[in-house]
Amino acid sequence: MSDNAKSPPLPTGTFAERAVSWSKKNLFDGWFNSILTIGAIAFLLWLIPPIIEWGIVNATLEPTIEGCKEVSGACWGFVNANLRLILFGTYPYDEQWRPLLAMIILMGIICGSLGAVKYPGLRKAIIPMWVIGVPIIAILMWGGVLGLTYVQNSYWGGLPLTLILSSIGVIFAFPFGLLLALGRQSHMPAIKTMSVVYIEVIRGVPLITVLFMASVMFPLFLPDGVTIDKLLRAQIGIILFTAAYLAEVFRGGLQAVPRGQFEAGDSLALSYWQSMRLIILPQALRLVIPPTVNSFISMFKDTTLVVIIGLFDFLGTVKLALRSDPAWTKYYVEGYAFAAAIFFLICFSMAKYSAYLEKELRKGERR
Amino acid sequence: MTVATETTTGAVPSPSEEDVIVVNKMNKWYGNFHVLRDIDLTVRKGERIVICGPSGSGKSTLIRTMNRLETYQTGEITVDGILLGDDVKNIEAVRREVCMVFQHFNLFPHMTVLENLTLAPIWVRKMPKKEANDLAMHYLERVRIAEQAHKYPGQLSGGQQQRVAIARSLCMQPKIMLFDEPTSALDPEMVKEVLDVMVELAKEGMTMLCVTHEMGFAKEVADRVIFMDAGQIIEMAGPHEFFDNPKSERTKLFLSQILSH
Repeated sequence: MSDNAKSPPLPTGTFAERAVSWSKKNLFDGWFNSILTIGAIAFLLWLIPPIIEWGIVNATLEPTIEGCKEVSGACWGFVNANLRLILFGTYPYDEQWRPLLAMIILMGIICGSLGAVKYPGLRKAIIPMWVIGVPIIAILMWGGVLGLTYVQNSYWGGLPLTLILSSIGVIFAFPFGLLLALGRQSHMPAIKTMSVVYIEVIRGVPLITVLFMASVMFPLFLPDGVTIDKLLRAQIGIILFTAAYLAEVFRGGLQAVPRGQFEAGDSLALSYWQSMRLIILPQALRLVIPPTVNSFISMFKDTTLVVIIGLFDFLGTVKLALRSDPAWTKYYVEGYAFAAAIFFLICFSMAKYSAYLEKELRKGERR
Repeated sequence: MTVATETTTGAVPSPSEEDVIVVNKMNKWYGNFHVLRDIDLTVRKGERIVICGPSGSGKSTLIRTMNRLETYQTGEITVDGILLGDDVKNIEAVRREVCMVFQHFNLFPHMTVLENLTLAPIWVRKMPKKEANDLAMHYLERVRIAEQAHKYPGQLSGGQQQRVAIARSLCMQPKIMLFDEPTSALDPEMVKEVLDVMVELAKEGMTMLCVTHEMGFAKEVADRVIFMDAGQIIEMAGPHEFFDNPKSERTKLFLSQILSH
């Protein structure tokens, strides 16, 4: 039971003595490790100072092209000058408080839902939060009621668009993927075949193709006069695509649950859906937290591909800003570095949450 | 356990004479492999039956057909008056009355002991949570493990886990209990605590079918002992006759092998 039973007693002595003994054990344990340690230190010394010099010491936040021309380092002024274009895209300038507020509400709901693991009191609030929050976000984004001017969703863009596409994507792809995974395991041939064909076809096609077909080919099949919104088509494309990948992740989890668990559920007269919901899925989903979050991270980044059908997600708006004035164009490194930093921040948070979730769910349940 | 139930035959036999499981000319194949051959078996209410035989003889498969964890191809099985076939309603009805205790316990690792016990009463019997908890604590006390109610199965020893599994079955208040080698996965020092619980159950009149090699248990509680080999019932007799005067050569050989060590 005790994890520490085998670890050696804590070393004693002054801080310096302990530091020396720690580095001997961890950094200079034999000639091979010593070479690796020295090599790694040399590499970091070569890499980090120039980055700091470029990105901080010699950089400027001055939001003018003239200001940027005076410095040898990074021109964060480009980001500073175009921040609102980068964040909100072509959303009407005077109304940009609306996507900002919508984004804050969305982040609030997401954090509230994820926090329910730590604070069980929040669990009952999850569904009401979404049921109330999503319409508020929709009203803020579209407007047209309550004195808000109507904003067509072709003007939506930037970070709110990326966050909306990916969170709605997660919410719908998750249950759909689950049904596909169960369908693939079904004893009913029709359901099994449909699930297998769906999963294999969608997995075999790049997301760009799915989006392109949703945007260009799909309308050709619709009768005259019927149109489905471009954003909605992109959203559905992302959901359908992600669900196919999630289905395989979930199937892996289902296979890892021992057969005895299914039999125990059966022998207690639980129905198929009761067994799944109460016994099998809680175990299966717990096992596949890392690959599930992997899929979500991947989907989050894939939302950038909507740019090919003319929607400006967060990466798209960075490009838009670079093109807004030819003088800015050469500062693309700063623009992409900023986009990368924001993407990294969000993806890294997802990864950290996934690790936390795994740890939290294992508590008390040591086998 | 003297619940008077109506019989379908029209005759009025005393409850102890009631046939709760009737297996009639039942056959099962795995592909080309004939696992169970022409099984005929009638179990009366309150009867305790021990099934033994060499590994691969089909004894586990036989009791697993009785709550439809395994299908069969020909013949028929009737449990508590319900024909076990493909009908899902029938299967669920049978499973509400027949519980199984497994070799590897099959407790739900993500739930506490108490949650393991109350799950089926709450979801299958639609029992209020409070009542289900009381029932669960009652049976946990009976298997002498009430103090572990809030632990997870992974924190218990094998013997404790198997006792929890028995209590979990009892919470469904079944008419029949099937035991599939309940002590085979246990360390030797834990076998007794599980057998003690099973003996108590037997003495209370529970209808039991038990696949086991614990011959002491068979001698103590069994009404009939069945010996199976190669998918067939070779011999079926009361424990005295079975152990003292086995008829078939295969039974004699088997008994000499397991009793000699």
